[in-house]
Amino acid sequence: MDSFLTSRIVSDILGGLTNGAIYGLVALSLVLVWRATRVLNFAQGAMPMFATYLGMGLLSYHWPYWVCVGVSLVAAFAIGALTERVLVRPLYGKPEINPIVVMVGYLIILEAFAAAIWSTTPRSLPAPFSPIDWQLGGQPVGLSPFSLFEIVTALVVMGAIVTLFRFTRLGLQLRASALAPEVSRLLGVRVGRMLTLGWMLSTAVGAVTAILVASNFFTGLTPQLMDGIFAFGFIAAAVGGLDSPVGAVTSGIVLGVILQFVGDYLNSNAIILVALVILIVSLMVRPSGLLTRSATRRV
Amino acid sequence: MITVEGLTVTFGAVNALRDVSLRAETGKITAVLGANGAGKTTLLRTISGLVAPQSGTVSLDERVLTRRKPEEIARLGVGHVPEGRGVIAEFTVEENLRLGAIVAKVPLEEGLAQQYEAFPVLGERRKQHAAKLSGGERQMLAMARALIARPSVLLLDEPSLGLAPLVTAQLMATIAELCATKDLTVVLVEQNASSALRIAHHAVVLNVGRVVADAPAPQVAADERLRQYYLGMVE
Repeated sequence: MDSFLTSRIVSDILGGLTNGAIYGLVALSLVLVWRATRVLNFAQGAMPMFATYLGMGLLSYHWPYWVCVGVSLVAAFAIGALTERVLVRPLYGKPEINPIVVMVGYLIILEAFAAAIWSTTPRSLPAPFSPIDWQLGGQPVGLSPFSLFEIVTALVVMGAIVTLFRFTRLGLQLRASALAPEVSRLLGVRVGRMLTLGWMLSTAVGAVTAILVASNFFTGLTPQLMDGIFAFGFIAAAVGGLDSPVGAVTSGIVLGVILQFVGDYLNSNAIILVALVILIVSLMVRPSGLLTRSATRRV
Repeated sequence: MITVEGLTVTFGAVNALRDVSLRAETGKITAVLGANGAGKTTLLRTISGLVAPQSGTVSLDERVLTRRKPEEIARLGVGHVPEGRGVIAEFTVEENLRLGAIVAKVPLEEGLAQQYEAFPVLGERRKQHAAKLSGGERQMLAMARALIARPSVLLLDEPSLGLAPLVTAQLMATIAELCATKDLTVVLVEQNASSALRIAHHAVVLNVGRVVADAPAPQVAADERLRQYYLGMVE
């Protein structure tokens, strides 16, 4: 039993779940914005990165860790709201390429600003739990308290989002505003606020993700922190279906596990290649995403 | 009571409504009739704030509605069942009703119970997706969803569209009963003039954005010229 738990396969699965939880969170944040406003947000990684600098930067002034996390989330809400109101709102009803161009530009600007203010030198964030793997009979298990914390956090965030959307009055209005904005307005739903709220939630989910990623000893907090992660999260969202929170999260987790095996058994350079092959093949098989119910929207 | 005064709406170079004035009395059904493109839907969309007029005003009792947002107008008690019903197919029957109840002042459970009593078929199918409903059931759902908010005004856009004659007759009876029992101001837009005139108290006929007749419903129904030229009612 002990040797099984410390085996290569189990260790790959656990490592894959940890990475996959992160990809799933990025995918979830993309889905939240896509569902609400039909914008593919290429700045989905950069906005939370900025919020994380604002919040976790306070660690240098000896603010307590969890207070800094709280400030990061508040900053993320504010950045999400401002971005939607100022940058995105004028783009509704315009050709689909317009928001894409604007968000790519926004990504570059945010990263440049972050580099100018905080420099590109990685800042190490303290992990709230030990990043050293648990041991069994002198062998590492492939899971540390911190990576367990990552998985649990991802599950809690996903559960909270699903609960909000499925079971609350606010969630009902969020979904209705995304599906049928005009009808929702006729029923008294303040659709504008709901769209802003979608962006706020998405950026906050992103900030949780960014803090987890930046707490990894090997990366630290940098302006480009989320670039690579965004690519995998984007692939997960595209494969799982941009309209399906559960699909996006599930495919994020599966992608994490597959890529962990690829990196371990093939070559770590093959990871991005395999990820892209998965994206292309899945888009050829099911362009609307593997877990999305095929759209049967009636007038 | 809804009062419309001197309403003009333009889309680009096209006048959709030209100097339209009318009054829909409380507790009465006012039918708005006319051919395709007469401006009937635009009139309802302007009343509920989806379309901004070039000039003119819309008032609910003493309150001016013009230039308010649709969501504010809905919160003031104007229920609008749009063309095509606007039922959210991805939602269950009950979710559609819960959405309608967002602005309601009565508790949700009480509102749901009332609508299920008024429309038993909705109660039987409360957990089903609205996509599974028939045309008539969707119209019932759309009306129940508007009524659960307890509006004082109900704007109905072509409720009979796509329904079989028997279902249309039942629907019209339901509208007449609702209007009488809840003291609603009903504005009923219909292409199906004969069905609408059977239950309406008052009728307004639009033609290319202008009011060409504004009279008690029986009078409009008896007017041979109106029937022939504007209502397409040829015996």
